[in-house]
Amino acid sequence: MFDAGVKLPVPAKAPRFRPATQESPAVRWLLIGIAVLGLAVLVVAPLAAVFTEALAKGWAAAVTSLTHKDARDAIRLTLLITAIAVPLNAVFGIAAAWFITKFDFRGKAFLITLIDLPFSVSPVVAGLCLVLLFGANTALGGWLVAQGYPIIFALPGIALATMFVTFPFVARELIPVMIEQGRVEEEAALTLGASGWRIFWTVTLPNIRWALLYGVLLCNARAMGEFGAVAVVSGKIRGQTATMPITIEMMYNEYLSVAAFSLAAVLTALALVTLLLKTALEIRHADALAATHRH
Amino acid sequence: MQIEIDEISKQFGMTAALHPVSLTIPSGALVALLGPSGSGKTTLLRILGGLEFPTSGRVLFDGQDATGLTVQERRAGFVFQSYALFRHMTVFENIAYGLKARPRATRPPKAEIARRVGKLLDLIQLPEIGARYPTQLSGGQRQRVALARALAIEPRMLLLDEPFGALDAKVRKELRQGLRDIHDETGLTTVFVTHDQDEAMELADLVVVMSGSSTGGRIEQIGKPADIRARPASAFVRDFISA
Repeated sequence: MFDAGVKLPVPAKAPRFRPATQESPAVRWLLIGIAVLGLAVLVVAPLAAVFTEALAKGWAAAVTSLTHKDARDAIRLTLLITAIAVPLNAVFGIAAAWFITKFDFRGKAFLITLIDLPFSVSPVVAGLCLVLLFGANTALGGWLVAQGYPIIFALPGIALATMFVTFPFVARELIPVMIEQGRVEEEAALTLGASGWRIFWTVTLPNIRWALLYGVLLCNARAMGEFGAVAVVSGKIRGQTATMPITIEMMYNEYLSVAAFSLAAVLTALALVTLLLKTALEIRHADALAATHRH
Repeated sequence: MQIEIDEISKQFGMTAALHPVSLTIPSGALVALLGPSGSGKTTLLRILGGLEFPTSGRVLFDGQDATGLTVQERRAGFVFQSYALFRHMTVFENIAYGLKARPRATRPPKAEIARRVGKLLDLIQLPEIGARYPTQLSGGQRQRVALARALAIEPRMLLLDEPFGALDAKVRKELRQGLRDIHDETGLTTVFVTHDQDEAMELADLVVVMSGSSTGGRIEQIGKPADIRARPASAFVRDFISA
């Protein structure tokens, strides 16, 4: 019984639809608040504190402390260790990930667990293992010292400790990507007549290059900052085996607060540079990233 | 090239994929391996291409034993079900891949590679897409690029694994004719795997109907489409082609 004259009620304004997955404003603000607070307390405040402490007595004092021989030696050693550990771990990581994802064999799950081991073992324990293996009073270590190649309390020990701790980063980034991509592109390249070596360089590596880059950058950041395992094997000889984190701790314990925090600021800056590099590459190669759909 | 399959069987660990099968594919034929999943048809195709090795039996190309030949030595143009185009390369680079991978002595010069890629792009009727990436192509275009890439190596035979599987019905019909034309033009012995009996019957000169069982896939019947329709050799074949 509708009368033609009856007008349907017209809403004052168009109804606003909320996307099904969107939360109410209260929940959103709560979540944003928690995230911001967490970031501020856990990340921003300590970072700011490091730089503030470093500059507590002005730029000049900070720069002077960094030009001190101990500081310069520490920076040089850390960069050297990183330059050794990161490329080697990149190679091992690629080899391990390639082996795990492109072949079927027994004990695969065990190997994956083994690769993760450095994440779950305390770095101090890792350092102790190296001492037990290569220490001067073990058969192997004693022989190496006699040959003039000490491992513990020397550069090789620090490099080994750093590599142990940072081993999983590259492999862990690569394995899921390579599993997702499967072997079919490699098979296609085989049918087109390419050799295994050529396939690796022209098909496998280009397909994993972004994951590899992330792995290497993470590995790099961690390698520069490694303290626990290195502390056990380094012997903390100034100018010889004291890396940046070790030197920072020693300076701090000696109440050289400006020196300690200046060096800490440099270490932090190196890590930040790594992150900036990653972001810059992401922006620059956004198209390529979208094409290989990952991250 | 004539392909002979002589009592080939394949086991994957404890599972039997192929019961010993024998088959002769005459030179220049367009052959369909037709069967439900689990009938071993893809396994047989991969054995021909050298991507799997048989547990027993022999493969002969033109009467020569080819069982031990590596994938590269077989020179089989292979089109994968998912096409397996190199995603970080342009269409041009994809098609040129096989030519660039040749040893220096037999590798054509750059200009010659470009000329051949251009010709193949014409053959698949997509002359303008050389600079695009696979993600920028439709499914049908990708399939044709995969075909061109396989043809670029001047293969001795063409092997296609469910070449139309991932396409919608209309594109599928078009590309069927496309494959027929390319086969007729190149004269290559061509084997394709399909589970679609219409596709097999319409396109192939010779249809190989396969069935699966716990002892592995086996061949039920080999024949011209009309003969198989007229005289199915078993109840399985009758059911499968009338489905």
